Amino acid sequence: MTPVLQLRNIRKSFGGVTAIQDFSLDLHAGEVVALVGDNGAGKSTLIKMISGVYAPTAGDILLDGQPASFADASVARERGIEVVYQDLALADQQSVYMNLFLGREPVKGPFGLLDRKRMIAETEALVKELDVRIPSASATIRDLSGGQRQGVAIARATHWAKKLVLLDEPTAALGVAETARVEATIKALKARNLAIFIISHSLDQVFRLSDRICVLRRGQQIGVRETAKTDKNEIIAMITGVAA
Amino acid sequence: MTSSLPTRAALQGLIVYAGFALIFLFFSAMLWDRGFLSAQNLTNIILQTAPATVLAVGLVFVLAAGEIDLSFGAAVALAAIVAAMVMRTQGWPVGVLAGLATGMAVGLVNGAIVAYARLPSFLVTLATMGVIAGAAREMSGLQSIPVTAEPFIAIFGGGSLLGIPSLVLWTIGVVVVGHLAFRETRYGAHVLAVGDNPRAALVSGIRVARVRLSVLVLSGACAGLAGLLYAGRLQAARYTLGESDLMTVIAAVIVGGTALNGGRGTIPGALVGSLMMGMLSNGLILMGLSVSWQMMIKGLIILIAVAVSLREPNR
Repeated sequence: MTPVLQLRNIRKSFGGVTAIQDFSLDLHAGEVVALVGDNGAGKSTLIKMISGVYAPTAGDILLDGQPASFADASVARERGIEVVYQDLALADQQSVYMNLFLGREPVKGPFGLLDRKRMIAETEALVKELDVRIPSASATIRDLSGGQRQGVAIARATHWAKKLVLLDEPTAALGVAETARVEATIKALKARNLAIFIISHSLDQVFRLSDRICVLRRGQQIGVRETAKTDKNEIIAMITGVAA
Repeated sequence: MTSSLPTRAALQGLIVYAGFALIFLFFSAMLWDRGFLSAQNLTNIILQTAPATVLAVGLVFVLAAGEIDLSFGAAVALAAIVAAMVMRTQGWPVGVLAGLATGMAVGLVNGAIVAYARLPSFLVTLATMGVIAGAAREMSGLQSIPVTAEPFIAIFGGGSLLGIPSLVLWTIGVVVVGHLAFRETRYGAHVLAVGDNPRAALVSGIRVARVRLSVLVLSGACAGLAGLLYAGRLQAARYTLGESDLMTVIAAVIVGGTALNGGRGTIPGALVGSLMMGMLSNGLILMGLSVSWQMMIKGLIILIAVAVSLREPNR
């Protein structure tokens, strides 16, 4: 089966500084791949190249086997790639359903009026399916807890993603119970046969969620391991470069 | 979690209605023998606030998008003067178009600098306000320019349709269209998103720069229309038109429940806020207070109203 996403010999430099060198990875549908590495290893740069914020200096990105050149973030979105950003990118004073449809609001009638009924109905169905517990689709984001906001951001990505969801530190700001809820949501995404690429600092989480683990250190791809066939010690050694 | 209590923001949105009722009751009690409650006086309040209400509608979009426009008062005068001068030689329809185009041109300059050079709208519009006010003085030579075209005066000033004064019709039309555009279209949703979280708007595919440009052009268009309404009602254009609207309109919009820092706005609230400001002026005049006292009292009341409606909920 053709991988959903193929990264081939990706390199990215900013001026004279190399942020990523020679990175290659295949992502398959229904698979969770974790990207780990220390601060400054280049994880966010990599995510930004896949989502179309940065263009790689060299190398190819293939979607479903087809070369992809993303002019900007909206092209990646049209190709079925969704990102859950670390800061969530939610409009705090707007409702849950408006955030879910931000930039893609459905309209009806000759005057192109917002189809609120449809947005609310689809939001309710989605939060129910993903088991994101929010008071209502019309609740304002700023009135929600951190876990609920994260749930909304993930639900939005899920709603629009056709192929791939990128998650940048999805539980960094959450408590134990909320983290568990978000992890359950991520598993629900996997069941929808999406490819999931997740950045996380929590190795416990990485081992709970992922099928494979990819390690990045100072822009270099150290290796990819199947989660079932490795352990934390090996991954930590790969991250730090210190033999276990 | 699932409490059905109204949020603080929703409660703050109601303050303007309470304030409106309070001021209305106060003047009704104080001025019952001086004609405050007469149909003629109440109609007068609506007629006099028509330009301010039009400006307030434009400003709701600007503030909701997280920007500010300080130049609309000066743009009112310039648009009215241009319209009046063009009208003398080219006929009133061309004058109307020239007035609206002037307002929109001001908005386009503001908007282009704010959206594409990314300078703060506060400073940009503060500067253009000076330029425009100067241009209005220069063009008019500090003289009043009379407006004599009868159809123009009927449509933009003292006329009426089916017994409803045209200024009331303009007010209703602008408020209704503005409200629908703001609340019920994708454009309105994008304005709110840009004011709320520009980065989120950007990664959601909303053309942030274009939205910023458009709200300032819209505000300029409203200034153009307000200029025409002044010229129609007063049958003259003068560089002082719109001068006192800056403070009044900003206060009306904020008291009405629109956030000064973007992401939240209401046009019905701005309408009530604008009527409240008009009622305040009217009542203070009827009470026989001198202009200097009116200014001081109005300023104080605006301060109180803005303080109450801007207080952020503790979080």
